[in-house]
Amino acid sequence: MIFDMISLDYHHTLQAASGYGAEKSRQDAMENFFGKYLLVVDGSIPLKDNGIYSTIAGRTNLDLLQDVAKGAAAVIAVGTCAAFGGIPNAKPNPTGAVPVSNIIKDKPIINISGCPPIPAVITGVLAHYLTFGSLPELDELGRPKSYYGETIHDRCYRRPFYDQGKFAKSFDDEGARNGWCLFELGCKGPTTHNACATTKWNGGTSFPIESGHGCLGCSEPHFWDAGSFYSALSMPASPLKLATGAAVAGAAVGIGASVANRMKKNAAKSAHETSTIADLEK
Amino acid sequence: MDQELFLTWVRSTGLDIAVGIFVLGTLWRLIEIYTLGRKPDLAVPRHRTGASGLHTMFRRSVPPPGMFKRSAISYVGGYIFHIGLAIIVFLSAQHIKLIQGLTGLSWPNLPSQFIDATAVVTLATMLMVLVDRINNPVKRFLSTFADYGAWALTFLPVLTGYLATKHLLLPYTMTLALHILSVELLLVFLPFTKLMHVFTLWVSRWYNGDVNGRKGVAV
Repeated sequence: MIFDMISLDYHHTLQAASGYGAEKSRQDAMENFFGKYLLVVDGSIPLKDNGIYSTIAGRTNLDLLQDVAKGAAAVIAVGTCAAFGGIPNAKPNPTGAVPVSNIIKDKPIINISGCPPIPAVITGVLAHYLTFGSLPELDELGRPKSYYGETIHDRCYRRPFYDQGKFAKSFDDEGARNGWCLFELGCKGPTTHNACATTKWNGGTSFPIESGHGCLGCSEPHFWDAGSFYSALSMPASPLKLATGAAVAGAAVGIGASVANRMKKNAAKSAHETSTIADLEK
Repeated sequence: MDQELFLTWVRSTGLDIAVGIFVLGTLWRLIEIYTLGRKPDLAVPRHRTGASGLHTMFRRSVPPPGMFKRSAISYVGGYIFHIGLAIIVFLSAQHIKLIQGLTGLSWPNLPSQFIDATAVVTLATMLMVLVDRINNPVKRFLSTFADYGAWALTFLPVLTGYLATKHLLLPYTMTLALHILSVELLLVFLPFTKLMHVFTLWVSRWYNGDVNGRKGVAV
């Protein structure tokens, strides 16, 4: 496909040219195919300090993206960084990294998320555009529905074990050897939309769960800040910090209320007036 | 806030706040209740104390003569949904994993299909009990906003949990987040509503039985 059907006019790592030659190739492609070319973006874009944290040919990624996007028919954000911000966007996000969709507002954007994204999905989207001349149908996060319409969990071959409540408890126990569900070992398959379980990786060899490791959820936004990869979805994403303090505060409030109640009782007791028969006969 | 962020929030900050309020409220109320005290009872007890309290703890679980016929739905429904809740909360793999994460304790789980079926029965029973509460004039008259609130706080976690595990209505990420949020609401309100009976049930039964025994109405 890359040799026969796609004219890849500019790519930092695949192009033979370098320096001014490479940049000229980009300029030429932009001029010759203005309004018709597809812009494929890889990586998030740093915004802090005017975007100086990543530059190409002396220009910031921000500047380059804004410039190249002007003549693009559509933008394809490849990988979770370009689609959702990715690891550079993780707290505290020192470079102010953002996804393409935060910068480009006037062009159609297709997010092909994944860390890394599935090659067959990238080519599938390109093939769709080349074949039909239109963009595929997208989900609410801008991902093509044909690949991101279902979760890993929906299509997982270990799903029957989840339904039976058979879970591996560690990576080398009997359950793991029997190929049971990896939910308890932190698998994020239930919340992750991608095609790994169907298209698989490395020419259809396998996908992470098939290799005995839970899904990290790499095609979802914010997976990098969602707690440990190894804590189950039903477990806290971060340690509870308030419980001890709350216990002390609860005990203190309880004792305080108790003292207040006693004081109220004692006050009522001391305010009690002794009545005699003579008083009653008044 | 997108659903991934929402899920992470309920799994971290939200859970932290909810557990904090739950621990604070529970300790507060338990300490306050158990330090209330009573004036010393100087009268000689009519019956030996203790046994009556112990008996009452269990006898209150059995309908008094004639009551079962008059309020069968309350008794049957009450038993079914309490047992159902216990099964769902303590015997599903996901919940055991959570308890293990928080306390280190764990035990074997039941198959998911059994938990699913229990959830359906529990939901149906809770609806039946609610309809009975609304239909029966006496129960309706005695019911307050807090009663309906306590029902909703208990019902929603089961409903959202079922929707999440069965992938119904909304995307799983959203239903899971709503499920955890509904449990957090339950935790927040539990110490300050009649749901506190989770902790006070046995002691209050023992106390009532004991006092009645002292006064001569031993059971």
